Amino acid sequence: MSIAAPGKVAYINARIIDPATGFDGPGELLTIGEEIADVGRKLFEGKPPKDVQIIDCDGQCLAPGLVDMRVQLREPGEEHKESLKSGCEAAVAGGVTTMVGLPNTNPIIDDEATVEYVARRARKQALTKVYVYGAATKGLLGKELAEMGLLAEAGALGFTDATKAIADAQVLRRALAYAATFNFLIIQHPEEPSLANGVMNTGEISTRMGLSGIPREAEIIMLERDLRLVAMTGARYHAAHISTAESVEIIARAKARGLNVTCDTAPFYFALNEMAVGDYRTFAKLSPPLRTEDDRQAIVEGLRSGIIDCIASDHAPHDQDSKRLPFAQAAFGGSGLETLLAVAIGLHHSADMKLIDVLRRLTVEPAALLGLDAGRLAKGKKADLVMFDPDRGWKVVADDFRSKSKNSPFDGQPVQGKVLRTVIDGRCVFSATSGAVS
Amino acid sequence: MRDQVFPHRHLLGIEGLTPIEINHLLDCSERYIALNRSTHKTTEALKGRTIINLFFENSTRTRTSFELAGLRLGAHVINMQVETSSVTKGETLIDTAVTLNAMHPDVLAVRHSDSGAVKLLADKVNCGVVNGGDGSHEHPTQALLDALTIRRRKGKLNGLVVAICGDVLHSRVARSNFHLLLTMGARVRIIAPRTLIPSGIERLGVEVFTDMAKGLRDADIVMMLRVQHERMKGSFIPSVREYFRFFGLDRAKLSQAKPDALIMHPGPMNRGTEIDSDVADDFERSTIREQVELGVAVRMAVLEILAQNGAAA
Repeated sequence: MSIAAPGKVAYINARIIDPATGFDGPGELLTIGEEIADVGRKLFEGKPPKDVQIIDCDGQCLAPGLVDMRVQLREPGEEHKESLKSGCEAAVAGGVTTMVGLPNTNPIIDDEATVEYVARRARKQALTKVYVYGAATKGLLGKELAEMGLLAEAGALGFTDATKAIADAQVLRRALAYAATFNFLIIQHPEEPSLANGVMNTGEISTRMGLSGIPREAEIIMLERDLRLVAMTGARYHAAHISTAESVEIIARAKARGLNVTCDTAPFYFALNEMAVGDYRTFAKLSPPLRTEDDRQAIVEGLRSGIIDCIASDHAPHDQDSKRLPFAQAAFGGSGLETLLAVAIGLHHSADMKLIDVLRRLTVEPAALLGLDAGRLAKGKKADLVMFDPDRGWKVVADDFRSKSKNSPFDGQPVQGKVLRTVIDGRCVFSATSGAVS
Repeated sequence: MRDQVFPHRHLLGIEGLTPIEINHLLDCSERYIALNRSTHKTTEALKGRTIINLFFENSTRTRTSFELAGLRLGAHVINMQVETSSVTKGETLIDTAVTLNAMHPDVLAVRHSDSGAVKLLADKVNCGVVNGGDGSHEHPTQALLDALTIRRRKGKLNGLVVAICGDVLHSRVARSNFHLLLTMGARVRIIAPRTLIPSGIERLGVEVFTDMAKGLRDADIVMMLRVQHERMKGSFIPSVREYFRFFGLDRAKLSQAKPDALIMHPGPMNRGTEIDSDVADDFERSTIREQVELGVAVRMAVLEILAQNGAAA
């Protein structure tokens, strides 16, 4: 993999969208080396300097690269599902320039060495910038606090037990209190495990299909409880992938009370409902499960109103063998990096949200929440960019994914919104025309 | 004759004592320091009196300190180390109190692992009772010896900034020190991870910090608390290693405090857990051995006053 030193690049005829400043209009952007040198309506008066490489955006959107705050990177431990190489290639194809991995690797990210291992391996790919969360409890076992302070010094951005809830109330209380000591963020998978031993949403569909259910209450109860403990400890708390209408109300109330609470959802939960499980499609077996149409609409409304702060892909790669099973036995989770932008832009095409607001939940919001200097187009910032055509239609063909795993619940669906070019530190790392990852 | 300034039968805690009473106890303690340093260390102040050390919890240094204090006052001292039975704790405690009371001791020095147990016992006996530490509640003689150490080194308590660091949640030493130091006009800060800070602590009048560098800034006194190893296995703190990194006292963190700040520790120390040996053994600034020394003087003063108050009752 050759890494050409980036020179000066001028992006002209662009529709610049920067959610951080609210700017959405025609403009130009100049990068020098790894940084954004300037951005504005007219930088060059039609005459860019001679020593500059010119990219004519032809009116397409140029926005900050996406910041995906929740992906599962299977390296180390399950490289047959996803490696840092394949994951980063999928990410740049999806316009994602920064992503944060969960600690449920093998070994688990509950010591500094693993944080540093992932960081070093990811740097070698020289593609999407990879960060990780540390385990909130040792071994993700939900019993003893992990070394959050030392993990943070090694680079962990926050603490979570990944796809497991921190279920024991006393353990969560102490994890929140301990995290509050350092103002660290605790990220919860909000699902009461004793209610979550089913395989899809509890309701008419699960009854018809004869599948065991996970009631919406599993999420609702856990969120209600957690927020009591957040109020008690004063900690920073983030609820991952909320999926029910009540969850949006609960988070809204917590925010109104002034609690330090944020949340995200994944495209699955605003683009699909439990009907997607259809004919026992294991690709639609997700955690939390796809919910009712009312829930889906409430999630859309939560994104529109801003109660839901961020959109994350919740990328959960699985090999064929994990999904080619009876529904009850199949693994939970869907591949999400390469469909993230297109499915999210669906919120714009359905007239639920303005394009800039969709991008806000994918860029500056997660970056600010995680304390990352990313997700905005400003002079002196790293030139992490995505150029895309918000209207171009294409069909999701999971077999074409760069990700090793093809388990997308959107497989075969038409979507609108195509990543044309992804730039990291001023360097083009993906181009739709060549398809190549440089 | 009953002590004019400190007329109480018992010393169960610092909470509720007045500055005058505290100063008086410290003044009385002062008198015994020279005696303890002399060759002939005995007075006859409590000649013929009986003191029972009743310890329901393991202790070496506090029990020894009370024992020496009693002996140097010329009293008979009996040590009773009682195994606690969790099933019949309350009943046993009161029975023990009644039994001992029938033997007419003058003072009982009592330690118990349950908060409030010493008070319960004191209500059942006619003699004086000094609390040698009850659960996570109070340890008044420790606070007095700490105050005496500070007063002798700094000449005062009023206006000093005292940073108390570590396991405040479980510490009776911390609680007695809050009461004493605040009563005497010092400013008290606590520094600990949030898991070791008891709820509502601000209401006691202390300032709460979770960052050592900030909490130690310009402190006159740095008081380290012992952290028990069973708290270090993930329930309150992830590990010893992490605790020492963020809350252990070393040269770098200490540099935030005043250059002449004193380093105190109630003992026994966990070197490399809450305190670096380099700091603990700093001859100029560490008062850890001096605290132990003054502890005997403080306990002599307290035993003498309580024995006399009891006789006058």
